[in-house]
Amino acid sequence: MSTLVTGAITFALGCYALASILVIVRLVRGPSAQDRVSALDLLYFHAMLVMLVLSIGHRNDVYFEAALLIALFGFVSSAALAKFVLRGEVIE
Amino acid sequence: MSLFFLLLLPFLVGLVMAVMPTRARTSLAGGASLISAGLTAWLITLYPLVRDGQVIRQTVSWIPSIGLDLILRLDGFAWMFSVLITGIGALVALYARYYMSPADPVSRFYALFLLFMSAMLGVVTSGNLIQLVVFWELTSLISFLLIGYWHHRVDAQRGARMALIVTGAGGLALLGGVIVLGHIVGSFDLDVVLGSGDRVRAHPLYAPVLILVVLGALTKSAQFPFHFWLSRAMAAPTPVSAFLHSATMVKAGVFLLARLWSVLSGTELWFWVVGGAGAATLLLGSYIAMFQHDLKRVLAYSTMSHLGLITLLLGLNSPLAAVAGVFHIMNHAAFKASLFMAAGIVDHETGTRDIRRLTGLWSRMPYTGALALVASAAMAGVPLLNGFLSKEMFFAETVFMTSQPWVERGLPVLATLAAIFAVVYSLRFGYGIFFGSPATDLPREPEEAPRWMRAPIELLVLCCLIVGMAPSVSIGPALAVAALPVVGGVLPEYSLAVWHGFTAPLYMSLIAITVGIAAYVRIRRHQRRGHLQNAPVIERFNARRLFDLGLLWLTLWARRILKVLSPARLQPQMFAIIAIALLLALLAARDLPLAWGEREQLPASAAFVLLWAIGMACAIGAAMMAKFHRLVAITLMGGAGLVTCLTFAWFSAPDLALTQISVEVVTTTLFLLGLRWLPVRLEELGVVASARTRLRRARDLLLAIAAGTGLATLSYAMLTRSAPQSISPFFLERALPEGGGTNAVNVMLVDFRALDTLGEITVLGAVALTVYALLRRFRPAAESMLAPRQQRAVPADVGTDLVGPTTVEGVARGYMGVPTVIARLLLPVMLVVAAHLFLRGHNQPGGGFVAGLVIAIAMITQYIVSGSRFVEGRTRLLPGRWVAWGLLLATCTGLGAITLGYPLLTSHTAHFAVPLLGDVHFPTATFFDLGVLFVVVGATLLMLTAIAHQSLRAHRQPSVVAAPVAHVEAP
Repeated sequence: MSTLVTGAITFALGCYALASILVIVRLVRGPSAQDRVSALDLLYFHAMLVMLVLSIGHRNDVYFEAALLIALFGFVSSAALAKFVLRGEVIE
Repeated sequence: MSLFFLLLLPFLVGLVMAVMPTRARTSLAGGASLISAGLTAWLITLYPLVRDGQVIRQTVSWIPSIGLDLILRLDGFAWMFSVLITGIGALVALYARYYMSPADPVSRFYALFLLFMSAMLGVVTSGNLIQLVVFWELTSLISFLLIGYWHHRVDAQRGARMALIVTGAGGLALLGGVIVLGHIVGSFDLDVVLGSGDRVRAHPLYAPVLILVVLGALTKSAQFPFHFWLSRAMAAPTPVSAFLHSATMVKAGVFLLARLWSVLSGTELWFWVVGGAGAATLLLGSYIAMFQHDLKRVLAYSTMSHLGLITLLLGLNSPLAAVAGVFHIMNHAAFKASLFMAAGIVDHETGTRDIRRLTGLWSRMPYTGALALVASAAMAGVPLLNGFLSKEMFFAETVFMTSQPWVERGLPVLATLAAIFAVVYSLRFGYGIFFGSPATDLPREPEEAPRWMRAPIELLVLCCLIVGMAPSVSIGPALAVAALPVVGGVLPEYSLAVWHGFTAPLYMSLIAITVGIAAYVRIRRHQRRGHLQNAPVIERFNARRLFDLGLLWLTLWARRILKVLSPARLQPQMFAIIAIALLLALLAARDLPLAWGEREQLPASAAFVLLWAIGMACAIGAAMMAKFHRLVAITLMGGAGLVTCLTFAWFSAPDLALTQISVEVVTTTLFLLGLRWLPVRLEELGVVASARTRLRRARDLLLAIAAGTGLATLSYAMLTRSAPQSISPFFLERALPEGGGTNAVNVMLVDFRALDTLGEITVLGAVALTVYALLRRFRPAAESMLAPRQQRAVPADVGTDLVGPTTVEGVARGYMGVPTVIARLLLPVMLVVAAHLFLRGHNQPGGGFVAGLVIAIAMITQYIVSGSRFVEGRTRLLPGRWVAWGLLLATCTGLGAITLGYPLLTSHTAHFAVPLLGDVHFPTATFFDLGVLFVVVGATLLMLTAIAHQSLRAHRQPSVVAAPVAHVEAP
């Protein structure tokens, strides 16, 4: 693997980590529940991207599937939280 | 034929009968009595083999490493008991055909009946003491079910429970006694034990053994002071009483005493304990029986007293008395079983068992009357009947025994007194209800019982007569065979004859009969006038009340101890668990100081450190917010879980990451579902914590920090070491060649450690069912029954798309339109992902567990966006069936290996060529994995939807909701 790719991976991961730090500020501070749900959704999004980058770094395509699952379940998780915030119960 | 056949046949047929049509009375009764009669006939053909003290012995290896074998052992005594059990069983099974009403579920009755017979045969033929105790407890359990056969009746429930508690506790004592006995002898083998009587009697632990074994025997045989359960057990159907409470189960106690007679008897302690209990029961039982008004209770108390007689005979330390005891066991079984059956006929035909209402039945049922009269005469000890013979032997023993003077003089008096009482209650039963003016106010118009209902009684009464008139020809050989093993080798001299000349026992019999008749006439006159309705003097001493009191006391103390050890509040429990764990860890650290290992460490990456900082922030935030802002805490926990998942992926464990992320979503949904029903905690209320509370919180915080730090330190110390003893190389090497898959984790789950997995999915299924069962009856707190704030905020008559939360279509068509479309499109996608994960699981990350979770999440998503009514209106998911089918599939896959001659759960990999796909390899473990998938889908859906259905119920109960509305909306 070329130094460029390795460097790019390190840089990308660092950027995602920083972005996640910013997300965490929203997640902790809120102020509204809607802010927090959006923040968690974004965190899932970051996690999916981290998975993709790790997949390149580890040269293993199983990580793509992990990314796929995170994407799917991120949606489900956010939908459940959103439903709760909107209606007060998850399954009516 | 193998002796095991004797036990297995009734057992297996009983199991089959359990699933037969419940009302097939005739075929069930025919089957049960034919099998019992066949076994009786077979046993009788074995007679030459057990004659002259020979023993048939068969062994099956059970746990050879600790010297435990299944041993069946048939000597003369066991043979006699087996014939009694199967013979009377056949008669009672026939009788029950007519006794049970067409509305009774008779398949349950006959199934339990045969199972009981099997267990009882197990008790008498056991050649191993531990095995004997197992069968012993089995008879207690099945008798519990039989006494409680009419389980809708309160008296049946109470009687069954009391019998189980008393006999079960006795069985526990017996187990203790048997273990100590085995310790003394050095073997649990009955033959060895029977041969070491001198060693046992000389051992310092003899007294504890004796007390424990006798406790077991006395409880089972309803001897004083444990006699009270037998009269309560009369709530059982009469065939059960005839079988269990005359011929078999209660005889198990005296059987045990006789079985171990040659080992334990011969000491002063034996005489006082066994003889004392027997004498007390003999007198007490016959005394109380005189004043009972319920036919079956009269018989129950008389059974007690006859068992007391047998116990007393066994307690007299004389071989001759033991022979008389064995003889009376046989005689009592014959006349008492027929009396119980006669009582059942009277009850059946007249509709009552009250002696006070039953008179003059002779004209209506002469046959039954004659049979009952003869049987009760045998019970009273009238000459020319079998009861007279063994009773005379008993009298002779009391007269000729040697002991302290007051015992020598007192015992004959006691025996005569008990015989007088016996004559009185026998007359009340046999004479009182059949003679006199015919009763007019009976609940039912009595008529003679059907031909075949009387046949079993006729046969038994015939036995009583034959034995009574020609004892040495009819019963002599059998008695000799049965008594020989009891006394241990040499039979004493005895004579089985009706006439012995004018001896002291004969005078005692005559006194008993004449005084008994006179007493009966007087007592009857008093009772007609309304006096003597209860047994004088002892009516105030109620053993049942003492039992209830004891039980109450036990429950009370159990509750008190439980309150200390397991308080309902979570906080002290957690504190205790964590504090003890920490303490133990610190103690261990004293011997093994903590040190870091030398394993090579990976360089830290800035991104990873940041990632962990996020995870820690989320975790700490969740803990802080958990009290007042639960939704925030759940969101933060989602963040922490995500970081965990990324950590797994970072360190090359993608399959863990897959599982973690699936579990994370299900957990979030579960918490949100539960959150709906938790009453809100309001921070604004501003409750000020007291100084004590704050101190406690500080203490808990310190403990939590200490334990957390300790765990982290330990983990670090572990991780810095390489593990040379690790088992992972073993599995990694063998996964492909032996399991046929490259994913070692999955191969381990479904192949190498498949038995563990089978256990785990069984537990999972059981937990899911339990959650479902608990939530079915769960009603949320009144303050959270109200529809959520968000739903109440929308006025019902405003024409927005938020209207109609309770209509089937409302949720899906309204404001959730866009998410619904996405979620429905996602359903097939997620199912494909699940199929992919499942099929690939054996070789690469995936497998049944993750695939099952993905399917469950796919379905839950539909529930979330469309509501449960919408989903359940369109598909029938039946999660319970998924669990059942999954377990069945996994078990059958495992059993399949056995049918082919391999150990349970052995996997086979088939390789074959499929057009288009090429070479395919297919391990049978795939079916097992499919079972896991089914269970996971079923369990997850069952638990989550069980909570979700609360919302539907809440809306159905507007009256409960009405009250808090005003209160909440006021501010």
